[in-house]
Parts: sequence; C-alpha cells; structure tokens
Amino acid sequence: MSWFTRIKKGITTSTKEKKETPEGLWYKCPSCKHIQPSNEHEDNNYVCLKCDYHQRIGSHEYFALLFDNNLFAEINEKMTSGDPLSFVDTKKYTDRVRESIKKTGLNDAVRTASGKIDGMPAMIACMDFAFIGGSMGSVVGEKIARAIDYSLQHKVPFIMISKSGGARMMEAAHSLMQMAKTSAKLALLSQAKVPYISYITDPTTGGVTASFAMLGDFNVAEPNALIGFAGPRVVKETIGKDLPKGFQTSEFVLEHGFLDFIINRKEIKPRISQLLRLLAN
Amino acid sequence: MSKNQLDFEKPIAVLQEQLDKAKQIAEKGKVDTTNLIIELEQKIVETKTQLYANLTPWQRVQLSRHPDRPYALDYIQALTNGDFIEQFGDRTVKDDKAMIGGFGSINGQTLMFIGQQKGNTTKQRQYRNFGMPNPEGYRKALRLMKLAEKFGKPIITLIDTPGAYPGLEAEERGQGEAIARNLLEMAVLKVPVICIIIGEGASGGALGIGIGDKVLMLENTWYSVISPESCSSILWRNWDNKERAADALKLTATDMLTQHLIDGIIAEPLGGAHANRDEIFNTVKEEILQNLSLLKAINIDNLVEQRIAKFSSMGVYNEA
Repeated sequence: MSWFTRIKKGITTSTKEKKETPEGLWYKCPSCKHIQPSNEHEDNNYVCLKCDYHQRIGSHEYFALLFDNNLFAEINEKMTSGDPLSFVDTKKYTDRVRESIKKTGLNDAVRTASGKIDGMPAMIACMDFAFIGGSMGSVVGEKIARAIDYSLQHKVPFIMISKSGGARMMEAAHSLMQMAKTSAKLALLSQAKVPYISYITDPTTGGVTASFAMLGDFNVAEPNALIGFAGPRVVKETIGKDLPKGFQTSEFVLEHGFLDFIINRKEIKPRISQLLRLLAN
Repeated sequence: MSKNQLDFEKPIAVLQEQLDKAKQIAEKGKVDTTNLIIELEQKIVETKTQLYANLTPWQRVQLSRHPDRPYALDYIQALTNGDFIEQFGDRTVKDDKAMIGGFGSINGQTLMFIGQQKGNTTKQRQYRNFGMPNPEGYRKALRLMKLAEKFGKPIITLIDTPGAYPGLEAEERGQGEAIARNLLEMAVLKVPVICIIIGEGASGGALGIGIGDKVLMLENTWYSVISPESCSSILWRNWDNKERAADALKLTATDMLTQHLIDGIIAEPLGGAHANRDEIFNTVKEEILQNLSLLKAINIDNLVEQRIAKFSSMGVYNEA
C-alpha cells in the first residue's frame, strides 16, 4: 500500500553522476511522423528513413553535401540588401532585413561558392528559404550574376540550387529586373558552352521559376518539390476548382516535359558528379 | 463626355455638364451665355491641366486601365497606316489571342511588332483573355522575334498586361519556362529592340516581352513586380490598401525613370492617351523613329553587349 509513498525526499543522484540528454537526438518526420535518430537522418542527407520525405535544408547543408570535405571559397559573402524604395509595409524593409540577418546568420537569400565535387571544379549558388522566403531581391540577382561571371571566367560548370517564393516585393521593379539580369548572364554562359545545372528544390515558384530555375542545360529536381510559376492558391482561385492531385510537383513538371530527371537527395553527390564527369570527358 | 468616367475625373465632368447646359440655353436664344461658356471652357482646361499634372500613382494605374485606352493593335494599325500582316500561332500548341504580332512598316521601314492585346467589349475581353498570355503566347512572341532577327528587322514590343495567365493549363505547358526562355533569348537578339509600355506592365508577364535596348513608358502607365491590388492583399491581407501599395511600389513612369529601370517616358495628351488618339499615335511613331535611328547607328555586337550591361547594372545593394 505504501509503496507509492516516497521514502527519501529530493533528488538523490549527485551532480557528478547527472547525465545530460542531448538536444535534438531524435527527428520526427513531418510527413509520416516516423521518429528516427537525428544522426541517421542527417547521414541520409536529411531524407526521412521511412518515407523519403525531403526535409527543407539550406546552403549550409547543401555545400556540405556537395563540396569535397566541405571545402569551398565563398564569394561576395558580405553583400547585403539596400532599400531602394524606402519600403514600409507592416514593418520597415530595412528592419525586416536586419532581423532576418540576426535570425538566420545569413546575409541574404543566396550564397555562392566555388569548390570541388569529386575533384571536379564547380561554382554553386544555393538559395536559403529561411531568409525572407528565399525571395529574390537585388542581392540574390547580383550574387547569382557574379557567380555566373565566375563560371564564365574560369570555365567551370555552374550549379544553381533554387528554393524561393519568387521576387522580393519590397524591392518591386528592382527585383523584377533581377530576372532579366540573371537570364542575360545565362545567355552568355550558354554561348560560351559552359554547363549549367539547375537543381530545383521545394519550393520554387514565381520569378525564380520564370528565370534561371527553368534555364538549365539540365533541369533537375528533388522528388515531390513544389515547382510552378503561379502559386497553387492563385491557380485555384483562377480556375475556381480544386487542383488535381500532384499538381505542380516535380513529378508533374517532369511528365509535362520541363525537367530532365529527378534526383533523390540521398544520391545528390554521385548523380551531380556523374553528370559533371560525362560532360567533362 | 465618355461614359467610362474615373472617380477623380468628376470635377471635370461637373464643369462639362455646366458647359453643356449653358450651350443648350444659348441655342434656345433666350439668354446670352457667351461669356459663361468662354469662362467654363477656360476653367475646364485649367482644371484638367492641374488634375493630370498631379495624379497620384493609383490614379495613373486607373488611367493605364482606362477602357477607352488604345490597345496594341490600335497602335500598330495607326503606326503602319494599315501596312501590317498579323501572324498567328506558336507552331507547337495553338494561337494565343492575348499576344499578337507580325511584320509591318513605318515610313517604308519594315519592323516586327509584338504586343499583348486586350479587348474593347466583354466578348472581346474574354476572347483576348484580358491581355493575359499563356505560355504559347510567349513562344509565339519568341518565334516572331527570331524571325525578325533572321531577316534583320528591328523589333517593337507593346506591353499591356495585368500579368501572365495563372491557369492550370498554363502551368502544365510551362508558363515559367516560356517567360524565362524569352528573357534569355531577348538579351542576345541581334537586332535593335524597343519596348514600350502602353498600359499595364505587370511583372514577369510584361518582362517576357520587355528586354530591349530602349524600354519606354507612356506617361500614364505602370510597371512593377506585382499589381497594387495583389501587393496589398499579400502585405496587408486585403485590397483596401491598394493606393498605399501603388505609392510604395514606385511603379509610375517617373519613378521608374528615377530608379534607372527604364530609358524614357513618352508624354500623353491632356487627359490620357485615349483623350486624343491621333496625338498619342503620332508621338509614339516619332519616338520609335528617333530611337531606331540612334540604335541602328550602333554596331550590333556592341548593342547586344550594351543591352546585357544595362540590365546587369540594375539593382541596389551594399558591398560589405
């Protein structure tokens, strides 16, 4: 009867013997709810061990997945956004940018770096969705343009990892013109016959889809990514009907002829590397 | 007076009404209203000059959408004096009625005209899909631009769209890819390209035929990444802030020129392009001819280089 009663009071384990439970030891898949050890999930390139759900990751992770020994030289790292229109909505654009920098530790929504993939040189530009929805303002456009310039100058393949909601409204027409800028640079890259691989991830919509993301010599995507020009909500409102299942997924876009193939992120490096090798030899 | 009266044009309508009445009275011959009529006519001109010189961005957006405004085919017919052959189809899927084009001539000079087309009546508006092209529209435009390049003819694009069509089939047929392809190809076209915004210049749908050596805006048009209404609904979750959004986006011709995102502004007649069609057609024609003679003097490789350099210089950022 009394075995529920506590005999000794307080914590009896000495501080010396106390064991810490590390944070984030487990990862719960938002899609299938499967709980798996974080390190195994990470070793699986952030793809769910059970259902293949691709967790959204950023430039930090992609660079580590692709560059040999995670060694790379970042360019224009410190470039930050201006505020050409003194834009204010619910808050000032300058405040929004400052807060995003503080929150994410990134300077804008794209990072550009050169390095080697299985010994083959490449320039990679990778977008970060965490920074204002991966939106494309002047910094994103300019950094991508300069990354393409680097590829042109050094004749190394250009790999663009897209992940973006589209243009950044707070820079209005300036952000629109980044579509023109990046596409014009890609025209030069194409004329110089330097390979361009567009690697599209979830989600990629709007002005990014309508410019560099769709202009690869190879348009490839991760499985089940949202890829489209108009967002699904807008399309739904336009047609006044529910959207068909699988609309605007990578598989849908592939079936309609706009992707070369789909890459499961588990195989990102061997597949990209294979492609680079086939083009180089 | 047009039945398509905008709200802010009311003061003019009121004066016009008084003038009409005064004229009626004069016709009946009972009272001499000559002085009143002169006074009213003067006042109308004064009010108009004042009103149109101080339009808010939102009012210009309204003018850019005025249902009486001339559309692409009106310009082309007038500019070429009817010497124009419209071409159809993208040679892949179908003909897009929201995008029109073909060869025509101004003063004996053959040019390729391309533009988004809106309709004048409800039926026509539907037929033209409200000036919102599908992917095949952009591909038709590109086909015609390549044709112009092949035969060494300069290209004139007339931009007037509330946006590329956000429909289901548009997504299936690659709206994003179609626009992207045009941006890339237009950047390196080996003929002079002049783009004129004659009404609405909404986002990628406008830019899809908007890469040129000279990008010009008519005085009462707008050009931006998003319409004021959509901007308002995204940022403030409703359409009530559209005027505020129009201010914030800096989308007028003057704003765009100040930001060095366009190359020039074409003045409209008092009251807007629709107030005096012949005048605006003449002005646009003169602008095209002047700019063409400038562009044709430049070596084509240099021209392409300058075009790319111009778009590459756009944007505002801080280097560390």
